[in-house]
Amino acid sequence: MTTTEAPQDLVGRGNREGAALFRDWFAEIDETARTGGQSAYVFVMGSLNEILKTFDLPVIFPEINSLQTAVRRVAHEYLEEAEDHGYSPDVCGYVKADVGTQIRGGEHPMGQIPRPSLSVLTNACNTYIKWAEIWERMYETPTFTIDIPGTRQAGTQTWQGNSDFEADRKYVETQVRELITLCEEITGKKFDIDKFRQVLTYTNTMSRSWKQLLDLNKSKPSLFNALTDATIYLGVANGFRGTEAGASYFERLVEEMEYKAARGIGQAIEEKYRLLFVGVPCYPIFRRFNELFTDWGGQFVNSTYLWFASGGSNRGFEYDLADPVASLAEGVLISVRDAMDAMFHQNEVLVEMAEDFDIDGVIYHPIKSCRTVSTGLADGRRHFTEETGISSLFIESDMMDRRVVSEAQMKNRIDAFFEGLASRRLAAGVQG
Amino acid sequence: MTLTAMKVFEEWRGKSLDDALLECRDQVEAAEFDTVRRWREAGGKVVGHFQVYFPEEIVHAAGMLPFKVRGAPVEPNKADSHFGSYLCSILKTSLELALSDVVEMEMFVSHPICDAARNLAAIWGRNVDYPCQILYLPQNPNSAGSIEYLRHEYDRMRRMAEEVSGREITDDDLRGSIEVFNVNRRLLRELYDIKRETPWLIAAEDAYALVSLAGMIPREEHNELLAELLPKIRQRTTKQEDRVRIVFEGAFCEQPPFDLVRMLGRTSYVVDDDFHIGMRWITEDVPTEGDPLRNLAEAYTEHSSYSPVQHDLRKPKEEMLKARMARAGADAAILAAAKMCEPGLEEQVTYTHALDAAGIAYFVSEFEENMTSFEQLEMQVETFIENLLFA
Repeated sequence: MTTTEAPQDLVGRGNREGAALFRDWFAEIDETARTGGQSAYVFVMGSLNEILKTFDLPVIFPEINSLQTAVRRVAHEYLEEAEDHGYSPDVCGYVKADVGTQIRGGEHPMGQIPRPSLSVLTNACNTYIKWAEIWERMYETPTFTIDIPGTRQAGTQTWQGNSDFEADRKYVETQVRELITLCEEITGKKFDIDKFRQVLTYTNTMSRSWKQLLDLNKSKPSLFNALTDATIYLGVANGFRGTEAGASYFERLVEEMEYKAARGIGQAIEEKYRLLFVGVPCYPIFRRFNELFTDWGGQFVNSTYLWFASGGSNRGFEYDLADPVASLAEGVLISVRDAMDAMFHQNEVLVEMAEDFDIDGVIYHPIKSCRTVSTGLADGRRHFTEETGISSLFIESDMMDRRVVSEAQMKNRIDAFFEGLASRRLAAGVQG
Repeated sequence: MTLTAMKVFEEWRGKSLDDALLECRDQVEAAEFDTVRRWREAGGKVVGHFQVYFPEEIVHAAGMLPFKVRGAPVEPNKADSHFGSYLCSILKTSLELALSDVVEMEMFVSHPICDAARNLAAIWGRNVDYPCQILYLPQNPNSAGSIEYLRHEYDRMRRMAEEVSGREITDDDLRGSIEVFNVNRRLLRELYDIKRETPWLIAAEDAYALVSLAGMIPREEHNELLAELLPKIRQRTTKQEDRVRIVFEGAFCEQPPFDLVRMLGRTSYVVDDDFHIGMRWITEDVPTEGDPLRNLAEAYTEHSSYSPVQHDLRKPKEEMLKARMARAGADAAILAAAKMCEPGLEEQVTYTHALDAAGIAYFVSEFEENMTSFEQLEMQVETFIENLLFA
């Protein structure tokens, strides 16, 4: 896609258009709630949007709803309501913010959230399963788990032609077909294979673009902040997966980044240190958290978050339209498995990223709320540091609960980390 | 002497019932896993499998000892630095057993039962030099494809076990192992019949120890133990007391400290529970005719118990709990969860709301395997029970 826009309009376009799309999306959700329309609750690691969009089902991502309460600094109200309902402080904050939203009848800072007509989840996160059980009990919502077998041991992924892979693929395909049948029952619509192919075409464009986008950030200076800007891109990647608007957005975003790369246009702040982020962002102090790094010239150029929270779109898997249902199953298997690898076996990924993106440091941010992402980080860091010698920082907080976010303590540790990086540079005789 | 004929737990033999049970308790409580060490010293190989369920028959058929990795009441001195905060104890103490060589093994298998435990195989694998595998038990047992998928996954596990043991596993080997485990399942069902029907005949901690031993010694030996002790337990003349009958729920993974079980047994009759539910997961005999791996897969999905870490549309947990309580004639439930155990804590909410609606009494608590002080908890439990007795 080419554009006729003036260069000054091109830079920053992705953020502007992403924010507008986000508003449109929530307007649709709000409208659905107010008119009593059907909707599907889904999750970022394997949303199966391709099926749901074929049935014109608006998709609701409770994870995104929940993080929005944190970004908008009202999460504590929702968490407290869920805790009053019986949920422990040790339960995932996303779950509790959603429980709070449901208790409030769908009232949310971004608009009214409809009740689910269906929930679709994968096993990429076990909490997805427990979460969907809550809606089952609250509303008797039909729940469909797409069970995706992951990597059995680090470095032993199997591929097409291997009997173990084929067994996994067949299992996923059976489930995808069962989901289609369930959607037909719930919506009263017949599955339209041609419409499905069109949806897959859009997803192919988005996946291809997502991979290009991540690759483009190898540029020096980097083109976008993998923590802040990319969260906008992630929202569009999930909410608009399989749509014309989503495909167009990502083509235009790639165009913007190629334009910046060709002209050496980086981010607003001078890039002194190139960082990788491992974990989930600190949404209760989202902007400030990033500033703690950018104040020192630290820029996040990639993250495992952009891998797993995109459902493994980083692989750029493209569906075969000649055999669309089987290909969707294969794509979901490979992509969601990759998303899981980015959490459980992330060292292989990080070593590769560190080299490709010329990294100065890695920030590990385990959070109380998410044991899926956080449990292996301390051990992973030990081994990553031993293997690469690259500096890293380990800071714990939360993605939702400000009670466990200590900005002052974080700042102390982040400052010390950058002082260490600066000393290393000086010692190495490199210009800072 | 073949390994299966080798005995690793002889201390109970030739002793009175009370003394034999004391030996069982000591073995479980010590958490030194001497039985596993003895097995290895005799040249045996060990496959450690983390909670909750594992098809032990496959490992058994290879002539290896399946060891239930269940944590331990130890300080995770070596393991602690491999983990962050906000995690349950069992992850740390299980790794501690491996890092400190208390339990040596040839393979470790874990299952994605929860967000924390699904990280365990990767962590373990970065720190030991034997295979650390994830067994993906189906999380959509309602799919028509789940049994065939699981059959293949079990076949993959068979190939892994062959590689580790250096021995082919034939279908007949598997059938033989299934038969051994069927006997064990029958005996464990009988133990729980005693708990439900005549709980005054066996103390809660004794029943717990008998179940726990299943994951520490060869099943043939466990069968001998139960076959000798269960009739003796039935012959006891202990008088029934006026006690509240409780079901303990929440020990599907991390196990409560032995003293906590003992304390509950002092104040009530624990008529059913989910202690080590994985070793009692399959509720019926597994057929020995036909394809043994398929039979095992079918038993896992179709003839099995429940836990907060398996989602099956046919098994709403609160309904399963109420059925367990009704079957045991329980007056009340102890709804426990291990500290930081997210699925357990989430299920507590469901259970409390369901039991409220049904008008069933319950007591909510958290525990940790390393707990050593129970005074306050005991006082709370006693108060709860007194309220029931004198209501």
